[in-house]
Amino acid sequence: MYRYDQYDKAMVDARVAEFRDQARRRLEGKLTEDQFKPLRLMNGLYLQLHAYMLRVAIPYGTIDARQMEMLADIADKYDRGYGHFTTRQNIQYNWIKLEDTADALADLATVEMHAIQTSGNCIRNISADHFAGAAADEVVDPRPYAELMRQWSSFHPEFTYLPRKFKIAVIASEKDRAAMRLHDIGVRIVKRDGEVGAEFYAGGGMGRTPMIAPLIRDFVPIDQMITYAEACLRVYNRYGRRDNKYKARIKILVHELGAAEYIRQVEEEFAHMLSVGVEPPREELARIAEYFAPPAFVDGPKTVDRSDPDFALWVDRNTHRHKHDAYVSAVISLKPAGGIPGDATSEQMRLVARLAREYSFDELRVMHTQNLLLPHVRIADLPAVWQALDEAGLGSPNMDTIEDIIACPGLDYCSLANARSIPLAQRISERFAETGRTEVVGELKLKISGCINACGHHHAGHIGILGVDKKGTENYQLSLGGSEAEDVSLAKITGPGFDEDGVIAAVEKVTDVYLAARSDGERFLDTYRRIGMEPFKEALYG
Amino acid sequence: MTTNLGTSPDEVQFRFRDDEPVDHATVTVDSCCDQTNATAVRIEPGDDTRVLLPFLDRLALVEVNFPAFGDGRGYSSARILREAGFTGELRAVGAVLIDQLSHMRRCGFDSFAPDKRLDEEDALRAFATWENVYQRAADARRTIADKRHEA
Ligand code: HEM
Ligand code: SF4
Repeated sequence: MYRYDQYDKAMVDARVAEFRDQARRRLEGKLTEDQFKPLRLMNGLYLQLHAYMLRVAIPYGTIDARQMEMLADIADKYDRGYGHFTTRQNIQYNWIKLEDTADALADLATVEMHAIQTSGNCIRNISADHFAGAAADEVVDPRPYAELMRQWSSFHPEFTYLPRKFKIAVIASEKDRAAMRLHDIGVRIVKRDGEVGAEFYAGGGMGRTPMIAPLIRDFVPIDQMITYAEACLRVYNRYGRRDNKYKARIKILVHELGAAEYIRQVEEEFAHMLSVGVEPPREELARIAEYFAPPAFVDGPKTVDRSDPDFALWVDRNTHRHKHDAYVSAVISLKPAGGIPGDATSEQMRLVARLAREYSFDELRVMHTQNLLLPHVRIADLPAVWQALDEAGLGSPNMDTIEDIIACPGLDYCSLANARSIPLAQRISERFAETGRTEVVGELKLKISGCINACGHHHAGHIGILGVDKKGTENYQLSLGGSEAEDVSLAKITGPGFDEDGVIAAVEKVTDVYLAARSDGERFLDTYRRIGMEPFKEALYG
Repeated sequence: MTTNLGTSPDEVQFRFRDDEPVDHATVTVDSCCDQTNATAVRIEPGDDTRVLLPFLDRLALVEVNFPAFGDGRGYSSARILREAGFTGELRAVGAVLIDQLSHMRRCGFDSFAPDKRLDEEDALRAFATWENVYQRAADARRTIADKRHEA
């Protein structure tokens, strides 16, 4: 795992000092709230419905036991004993006081953590494949490249007042487990004739105008990756729309110019930038990569006693193939049936930290599905890990099932919401768990957003639910057929919306149609793609 | 036509140059391209800075206006000018605030004429925020990566 050297540490400390000073000037009235707002946002401090929310960065989702324990301590010390893991591999605390923030940031800095650029119109925390460094199918570990980008994008002097927020994801396999093409820039690290390079996509995003990022370059030599990214950002900074914040994301620029023209401008800027020389020295990537050297895996049993059916189900559902055949990656579900997606108590965080120390080389991941992950677990240790998780309410065998719902904070916390997301997620997962349907239905990704901003990725759900406001009452729109994976697609709306009970019934009806129509091995999404929207509409409105 | 635009040397609060400040008004980018004798120009956020590149030799002062502090186009304008070899005065004017100073400096600005005068002490602290920097930029500072790998 990456470790700060004296420079990284000094940068974060400088940032804490700067924020303390900004908070002081705000309190002394030297900064207006308007002037202070972007500054606090760039330090992860959001104003929600009831209180401030602090969003802490977990770069590319990788975190160790000591850091997880600090997150638990922060939850106890400054919040209400829990935290909320998010789709961008961050953690959010919902009940933070402004006057405590600098102290919380200083505590985080002691374990090489921060809240830098987790909000604001700047380059946000870089996300990555949560199975990075473990997945059997990756070309290389994408995290060194993400770390190189983290350093480049931190306090970037030119790109701190972009037209709008800017999100980057990095993966290194054919499979996309990071919603890469739904980011402002998506990077896939590839190998061509033995050379490592980066495939770049630009102009994806969700929000009110969802778009899938087109490919803008199939191979950027790896020692020009930062230069190319800089060119992409400069074109966006200069020409992204600033007249309307709903049209300010890079997706609108790429869409309005057309991908070909955007590419032309980027290439021109890229050629120029190459002559200026902005790329870090080559040795820097090598230095970073050393920190991500694989841990000392040891050979061991490749199978385990599956006589306990609950355990066997958990293994089947929640473990993922590892590059070493005596290991798997084990998903820690933060989706107990009826629970709040992504929430973890400080006690749970401490337990997970202990398991990471004992069973996973001191490493944990935050997944974009709002779950946690032990990346490297010996197959022989699975029974012990499962038992500990199960006792702590973290053993739900439901990865990628309809219970594994992504939901935004919605009307329970968010001032922009039209409708509640969390209670709906709770009721749906509870209902499917009770009826035993979860297992029957298999892989089905359900995603809920409380308004058009799409923080809950509803456009990318096999089933998406969007909260809309209908004459002051909460109303939900249903959509089908989205995917954030390598088979990326945007979901289509079924028709008129439903009230809360209605939308739960509608989800059940939609799964009825699937179960009746599916052929062998088809997931919900496959069946939908084969038979189309009509049969579903028929069942819902016919 | 020369319109009466721009800031006067009195309005410059911070200046990191030793030469005499230009003491006449700036012209718009359009008039600068038409007028062969203009030596000072003012860039607005929507202007394409690159149209000035053929005239850099005769320019002594470029003002970059920030009508709103959240509009970051001026940062790119500044870097583009420095990358093209502009060595004259590059002045940030308008909504220039304490917390933008360190970034503006890195992008190549060497003088600052804020709409509202800034607290001197706060500003000097702000200029010194970053003892080290991650990125190469217009200020030619050695980056953290450079320092890590120096022989
Ligand atoms: C209460 C706090 C929140 C507010 C006020 C908020 C606000 C917004 C807004 C305004 C957008 C639309 C941006 C645009 O289209 O330009 C957005 C998008 C998004 N937010 Fe949030 N959000 C909040 C919480 C969250 C949380 C908790 C998560 C993670 C679980 C999240 C993840 C996202 C994602 C993934 C997007 C879509 C990105 C895209 O448009 O490409 N947000 N948010
Ligand atoms: S989708 Fe809307 S309701 Fe949900 S968190 Fe985002 S802004 Fe708030």
